[in-house]
Amino acid sequence: MASITLPWVERNPKTLTSQRRTALTLLYSLAFLHVLLVIASWAWLTPLSSAAKDLTDGRIPLVLILCVGSVIGMLTFVTAALVVTFYRLVGRILAAPWVAFIIFIGAIVGIILLAWLHAEAFAFVKNMAHPAYTDVNPAPKIFGTSIEYEQSVRSIYEQNLEPYAFKIPFVGNVTVLAAYILWPLQFAIVRDLVAVGGIIGFISIVPGFGIWWERKIAGRMQSRMGPMRAGGWHGWAQSAADGIKLIFKEDYVPPSGDGLLFRLAPYFALVPAICAFIALPFAAAWVFRDLDVALIFILAMLGIEVMGVILAGWASNNKWSVYGAMREACQMVSYEIPMGMALLIPVMTAGSLNLGAIAEAQGGGFWTWFIFKNVWCFAAFFIYYCAALASCKRAPFDLPESESELVAGFLTEYSGFRWSLFFFGEYAAMFVISGLATILFLGGWMSPFPSEWADKLIDPNTNHFVATIIRGVVAENPLWFIAKATFMFFLQLWIRWTLPRIRIDQVLYACVQVLLPMMMVVLLGNTLWILAVDHWSWMQTTDMIINWILAALGVAVVIGMLAIASYGFRHNKALVGSMAADQLPGK
Amino acid sequence: MIEDAAFYIFAGVSLFSAIAVVLSKNIVRAAVGLLGTLGGVACLYFLADANLLGVIQLIVYAGGTLILIVFGIMLTSQSPWVGFLPTKVQAIAASIVAVILTIGIVRLVTLVPWAQRNPDELSQSLTVKSIGDALLTTYLVPFEVASVLLLVVMIGAAYLARTEK
Repeated sequence: MASITLPWVERNPKTLTSQRRTALTLLYSLAFLHVLLVIASWAWLTPLSSAAKDLTDGRIPLVLILCVGSVIGMLTFVTAALVVTFYRLVGRILAAPWVAFIIFIGAIVGIILLAWLHAEAFAFVKNMAHPAYTDVNPAPKIFGTSIEYEQSVRSIYEQNLEPYAFKIPFVGNVTVLAAYILWPLQFAIVRDLVAVGGIIGFISIVPGFGIWWERKIAGRMQSRMGPMRAGGWHGWAQSAADGIKLIFKEDYVPPSGDGLLFRLAPYFALVPAICAFIALPFAAAWVFRDLDVALIFILAMLGIEVMGVILAGWASNNKWSVYGAMREACQMVSYEIPMGMALLIPVMTAGSLNLGAIAEAQGGGFWTWFIFKNVWCFAAFFIYYCAALASCKRAPFDLPESESELVAGFLTEYSGFRWSLFFFGEYAAMFVISGLATILFLGGWMSPFPSEWADKLIDPNTNHFVATIIRGVVAENPLWFIAKATFMFFLQLWIRWTLPRIRIDQVLYACVQVLLPMMMVVLLGNTLWILAVDHWSWMQTTDMIINWILAALGVAVVIGMLAIASYGFRHNKALVGSMAADQLPGK
Repeated sequence: MIEDAAFYIFAGVSLFSAIAVVLSKNIVRAAVGLLGTLGGVACLYFLADANLLGVIQLIVYAGGTLILIVFGIMLTSQSPWVGFLPTKVQAIAASIVAVILTIGIVRLVTLVPWAQRNPDELSQSLTVKSIGDALLTTYLVPFEVASVLLLVVMIGAAYLARTEK
């Protein structure tokens, strides 16, 4: 594909003077309008905030939109005007590869910080809403049940929240501002919309980033460079460029196929993958709906996703496509069984079907993660991962779309946007199975350290911002979940570019005659093991010793991997071809 | 209000897809319609707070049985477009069965005194834990009988599918 040069990395930006003048006039007048808006809304806000005993006042969202919105608008327009004024300078700076790299890193850091702030804001509301949780009156789910906002606002005033309540000039009490900003969240539907927006945003980022990452990894593993052009630094904008290309491609529907089903199939592949995120928790309260059947729900969604592939293959009316669809059908139906049974092992060990409870049970440091719990859990993790790879048709089980023998299997007839929907679905499903593996076996959002350490380091009663951050690093945080799930995601890419594709009879043999009997033994073994540990005290000692041995093994594997990776990094010039060597980082 | 709207939407989806199943002459399209019906009914279960029932509906019928049906169609089809043309006798027999079933279900729905229960109490009683407890204590015998039946079916299927020696 021809490289797309983004406007901000154009080497010699040429702008017409008249166009620039028009743009500048427009931007500056808009900025001025916003300054007026800020002043007007400030005049309105001041009496309101001084009398702000009742923040459930209906005028507050208006003030919010006017004040905060116009400040943001003003800043945006002024920045845009400055960029237009110094376009040549800005363009020249932006054209340098290192700037693109800084933007890339800055964007990632910014997204992470934003997500964190988001989490803290929700936690803030939650803590204020119910100061004391009881069994009758449990802690509210952030997106699930309603937060009593009146109560929370009252507690802002009743409790003296010292760390939050510092004054800044002209704005006044920051706590009040926080209350203003959190005002719309009192409506359940607003919280739901925010959450849906977050989920869809996340699903849009995962495939974009994942595909670029996969192509870079594929390049490195094959001694080439992968995408290098779009965006500047290592082709980081490649996925965006590809997306633009795909949208503009011809939307071809094979005339001899079943047009209706052909058009419908991509949605059957994408929508269930998005639906799986409904029940996938990112942290204790970071879930759209905290279902008690979350695990089965996610499994069901991954099962329905196959329908899209089967329909795509069938409706294409193409031999390659039907072969791909049939492979997918028999592969999925058979691998669902060991996968579902492997998921039962952590459920049995934790004694709960709730994903939150399963993750909380692994909070005492990395050696309490279920993967290291005992031999059966250890085996179940690998069986789950194999079956999950097969169920979302990743290599070495990517037979449905095997490009070398079936052209592209069920994707043969697809092009443009419909084609990209399949990939959105696939990468979203990859993240879902990685996230499930993380929650069930790798401690979910718990850090590798025991969560009691957080209480030792920080007084549990302090609610300081720094204290929250330290608690997040030491005890639990959604970022731990995302980091672990991303590592599992990376493993899938690694496996894909390492192992060759296996034959369809080998796929079925591996499932029915290897994984399934193994899984049955593991299931029975785990049941008896749990009973035995409960029954005999010497079994508890054995259990602990095995737990420690497995944890030590895990540490050894991680250290070994890091050692090999650092060796490779230091000798990268010897390991890759001379063409790629110049482009490697750290040269 | 949103619940009411959602109910009518999901009920409409179920009905519409059910009609599509009946009227479609293409078997694969009929199967897709069936997916819509099963999914719509599962959504109605979710709406009624019966999470477990809804999820089981999705995983067993939509995710398992239906895919096997489509798989079977693909394996056995002779032509690219598998038609579904019942004979007259089949059509008459099927309509008689359907009429009897409909009358029976309508009678059942109108006759049974449906208990009006408090939503809080309802969601308490429908947790997975209580259903699991009930299956392994009160209803253990029917549960085990069903398991044995499934096992028999599985052995029978394996016997039929084995390679001749």
